[in-house]
Amino acid sequence: MNILDPQGPIAAAEKTILIDSIGIMLAIVVPTIVAILAFAFWFRHSNSRAQYLPNWAYSGRLELVVWSIPTLTIILLGGVAWIGSHELDPARPVEGTGPPITVQVVSLDWKWLFIYPDQRVATVNSLTVPVGSPLNLRLTSASVMNAFFIPQLGTILYTMNGMVTRLHLRADEVGDLQGLSAHFSGDGFPEMLFDVHVVSQPAFGDWASNAARTGRPLNADTYKSELLKQSVPKDKTVYHLEDPELFQSIASQRIPPGPGPQLQGPKEAANTGASDVR
Amino acid sequence: MFGKLTLDAIPLSQPIPLIAGGVVLVAILAVLAWVVIAGHLPYLWKEWITSVDHKRIGVMYTLLAMVMLLRGGSDAILMRGQLAIAYQSQGFLPPEHYNQIFSAHGTIMIFFVAMPFVIGLMNFVVPLQLGVRDVAFPTLNSVGFWLTATGALLVNISLVVGEFARTGWLPYPPLSELTYSPTVGVDYYLWSLEISGVGTLVAGINLVTTVLKIRTKGMNYLRMPMFCWTTLASNLLIITAFPILTATLAMLILDRYLGFHFFTNEAGGNLMMFMNLIWAWGHPEVYILVLPAFGIFSEVVSTFSGKPLFGYRSMVLATMAICVISFMVWLHHFFTMGAGPNVNAIFGIASMIIAVPTGVKIYNWLFTMYGGRIRFTTPMLWAVGFMVTFILGGLTGVLVAVPPADFLLHNSLFLVAHFHNVIIGGVLFGVFAGYIYWFPKAFGFRLHEGLGKIAFWFNFIGFYVTFVPLYAAGMLGMTRRMQHYDIYEWRSWMIAAGVGTALLSIGVLFQVAQLVVSILRRDELRDYTGDPWDARSLEWSTASPPPVFNFAVMPEVKTEDAYWEMKAKAAHGEPQPEIHYQPIEMPRNSPTGFVCAFFATITGFSLIWHIWWLVIAGVIGAFVTFVVFAWRDSDEYEIPAAEVERVDRENIAERRSLVTAAGSV
Repeated sequence: MNILDPQGPIAAAEKTILIDSIGIMLAIVVPTIVAILAFAFWFRHSNSRAQYLPNWAYSGRLELVVWSIPTLTIILLGGVAWIGSHELDPARPVEGTGPPITVQVVSLDWKWLFIYPDQRVATVNSLTVPVGSPLNLRLTSASVMNAFFIPQLGTILYTMNGMVTRLHLRADEVGDLQGLSAHFSGDGFPEMLFDVHVVSQPAFGDWASNAARTGRPLNADTYKSELLKQSVPKDKTVYHLEDPELFQSIASQRIPPGPGPQLQGPKEAANTGASDVR
Repeated sequence: MFGKLTLDAIPLSQPIPLIAGGVVLVAILAVLAWVVIAGHLPYLWKEWITSVDHKRIGVMYTLLAMVMLLRGGSDAILMRGQLAIAYQSQGFLPPEHYNQIFSAHGTIMIFFVAMPFVIGLMNFVVPLQLGVRDVAFPTLNSVGFWLTATGALLVNISLVVGEFARTGWLPYPPLSELTYSPTVGVDYYLWSLEISGVGTLVAGINLVTTVLKIRTKGMNYLRMPMFCWTTLASNLLIITAFPILTATLAMLILDRYLGFHFFTNEAGGNLMMFMNLIWAWGHPEVYILVLPAFGIFSEVVSTFSGKPLFGYRSMVLATMAICVISFMVWLHHFFTMGAGPNVNAIFGIASMIIAVPTGVKIYNWLFTMYGGRIRFTTPMLWAVGFMVTFILGGLTGVLVAVPPADFLLHNSLFLVAHFHNVIIGGVLFGVFAGYIYWFPKAFGFRLHEGLGKIAFWFNFIGFYVTFVPLYAAGMLGMTRRMQHYDIYEWRSWMIAAGVGTALLSIGVLFQVAQLVVSILRRDELRDYTGDPWDARSLEWSTASPPPVFNFAVMPEVKTEDAYWEMKAKAAHGEPQPEIHYQPIEMPRNSPTGFVCAFFATITGFSLIWHIWWLVIAGVIGAFVTFVVFAWRDSDEYEIPAAEVERVDRENIAERRSLVTAAGSV
C-alpha cells in the first residue's frame, strides 16, 4: 500500500512530483524554521549581548525579499502543478506493451464490482489485470459516492451515481496489490478492500476464459438480487457477464440506484441504521 | 403528539454515549442545583445571561468553546483509542457508533470550538483595542451567542436522544439523503448548523460594522492593531460565506423533508453541486478561523518582543489578500472528481498563491522578533510553537495543492494530519495564546505560568507524536474514517498516534488545572496595573477587568501602538491633559437573546423529531420575542459623570501607588 513504492508509471510519476515538491519547499522551510528558533533564542530577554532595536519595524529591502521568496517558490511549484495536472490527467490514456484492457468499475454498498466487457467476465472485490497493458477504467457508483484507489498504481478517482469517470493506469510488476475505497460511504466502508492481481499476459487470457466458462451468470436480474442491496460479501465471486450493457444500464440509471438501509419495525425506525447487515 | 420521538430514541443498548450523556447531565444538574441553592441565579441572570456587554458575551463564547473542546476531545480520544486496537478486529466501537463520533468530532471542533473561541476573543478584545465602549449591535450580539449555544446544545442532545449524523462533518449526499441516512442523525446536524449559522452571521455583521463604523478619535484604518484588521477580514468572510452554508444545508433539508431533488441520485439531483457549494463556504471558513489567530500572534509576538510589528502595512495587505483569494480555491477539495486538467491546475495554483501572503506573515513575525527582547511567557511559547508547526502544515498544504500529489494523498490520513496541523498548530495554538494573553484583562488576574508552560509542552510534543504518525500512515495508503483495518503496516503508526493523543489529553488536563489553580490563587496573581505584559494597544490602558463602559474618557490615538506611545510620553513626564468626565450612555441588558435561543432550541428539536405543533409554537415564540424587543421603549441607561469619575479615579490611584512603590524601591 506504500505510495512511495509505486508499481506503475502513473504512481511513479506522482511519487516523483510529490518528492520533488517536498524538496523544493524544504529548501526554504528548513532555513526559515532555523531562523525562527535562532532569533527566538538569541534575542531572549536575558541575553545582554543581543542588540535591542525597540523601534525597528520597517525595511524596504527585507520586505522585497519577504514577498519574493514565497512568490518564487510558488512560481516554480505552480509550473510543476500545471505540467503535472496535464501529464497525469486521469482521463489521459497511458501507453503500454500489450492490448488495452477495459474494466468497468462499479462501487456498491459495500463492495466493488469489476466488469470486463470484452472478456465477458465480472468479479467482486478482486481485480485481475495483465502486466504492462494500458488499463482503461470506467467508474461509476450504484449508490453513494466512493473513490477508487490502488495506492501503488496511483490516482484516486471518485465514483458517482449517474456519472462515469475515466481513469487510466498501468501495472508494471507481476504480483498482488491492494485496493480500497478512499471516500467514506457508510457503515461497511472499511470492508471495501479489493485484491489486485497483476498477472502475465498469457495468464490473464487463461484466467479470463476460465472465468467466463465457470462463473455464475450476471445480468440485470442477478445484479439486482445479489449485489445491489447493502451487504459485505465474504466471497470474491466470479461472474460470467451475460449482459454486456450492464455497466451502461447502471451508469445511466436504467437500473435504479441501490436502496439504503432497510429499517424493520417502528423500534428500529427510531434510530437504528444499517448495523444489522454486517 | 411527539412526532417520531419515542422512548426507543434513547440508545439503551449503547453504553458509551449513554454513560457519557448521563455524566454530563448529572454535572449540568449539579451545577444548576448549586447555582439555585447558593442563590447565584439572580446574579447569573442579571450579569451574564441577559448581559449585552461585549466583554461578558466574549467570555461566554470562550467558555462555550472550552467546554465543547472537552467534548470534541473526548471524541478524539475514543477514535484514536479505537484505531490503536482495531487491527483485524472490531475494536470497542461498532461502525454505526464510530461513524457518529468522527462526524461529531469534526462538527463540534469547527463549529462549536474554533468558531466560538475566535468570535469570543474578537468580541472581547476588538472594542477595547478600538478604544470604544461597545460593539455596534449589542443585543444582536447576545442573540448571536445564544443561537450558537443552541446549536451546541442540539448536537449534545443527540448523544442521548436519537443519534448524530454518520456522514462525516460535511454530509456529502447522496449518503446524507433520506435514502441512505433515514434516521435523525443528519437532521440533528442540519438544524443545529442552520441555527448556529444564523448566530455566526449575526456576529459577523456586528463585528464588521463595529470595526468599520465605531472607532475612537484618531483610530484610522492604518493605526488599528493587527488583530482588528484580521477581525475585519475574518468577519467579511463570515458575511460572504456563511449564507452559502445556510443555503446549501437548507437545500439538503428540502431534499430530506419535502422530497426535493437538489442532490439526490434520482430526478436530476447532483451531488457535485453540493460539493462545490459546501466548499465555497468551507474553504473561506478555514481562513475565518485562522486569520484571527494570525492577529493574535501579531499582538503576542510584538508585545513580548518589545517591538512594533515588522512590516505592518505589508501585514495588512497580506491579510486582505488572503481574505480575497480564499474564495477562489474551493475546488482543491475535490481534484479527484475527474474535472479536466485545466480546472485542476488553475485551482491548484490559486491555492498555492495563498501561501505567498501567509509566508509573508511568517517572515514578518520573524523580523518582529529580530532585535527584540523576547520574554518567553506562555503566550509567546505558543506563538513560537505555532510558527514552527504552521510552516510544516503549510508545506503539506501546498503539497496537496499540487493536483498530481493530491491524486495520491486525497482523503488519506496524510490529509487528516495536514488539516489538523494547520487547525491545531494555527487556530488552536492561536486561541490558547490569546486566551492566556487576554485572561488578565478579562478577570483581573493572570493565569499560572508554570502550569501553562507544562501544558504547552505536553500539547506541543503530543501534537507531533499524534500527527506525524498520521502523515506516515497516509503515505502508506491509509484513508480516513476507517473503523477498523487489516493492514499490518498501519498498526504501529496507529498505536503511536494513540500515545500522542494521551499526551495531548494530559496537556489539556494541565490547562484545566492551570485555570483552577489560578482561580484559587487569584490574589497572588492579581494584576493591579491593567497592563501586566507591558503591552502596546489600547485594551491595556484601562483597568483589569475593564469597567462596564471600558474607557472613562475616549482615548485619542495619534500613532500605531497607541498605548505604547502614551506610556512613552508619560515616562518622559509630559503633562497629562485635564480629564473632564461626562455621563455615559450604555445599552440596557436584554433577555432577547436567551429567550430567542430558547425558542430556537424548541423549534430545532421539534423539527428534528417532526413534532409539528411544537415547531409552530417555537416559531411564534421567537417572533413574539422579536416583536417585544422591537417595541421596546428605552434601551439605554445613563451612568452619571460622578460615578464614572469615582471608578476612574480609583483605578488611576491604584496605578499611581504601584508606580510610586516601584519608584521608591
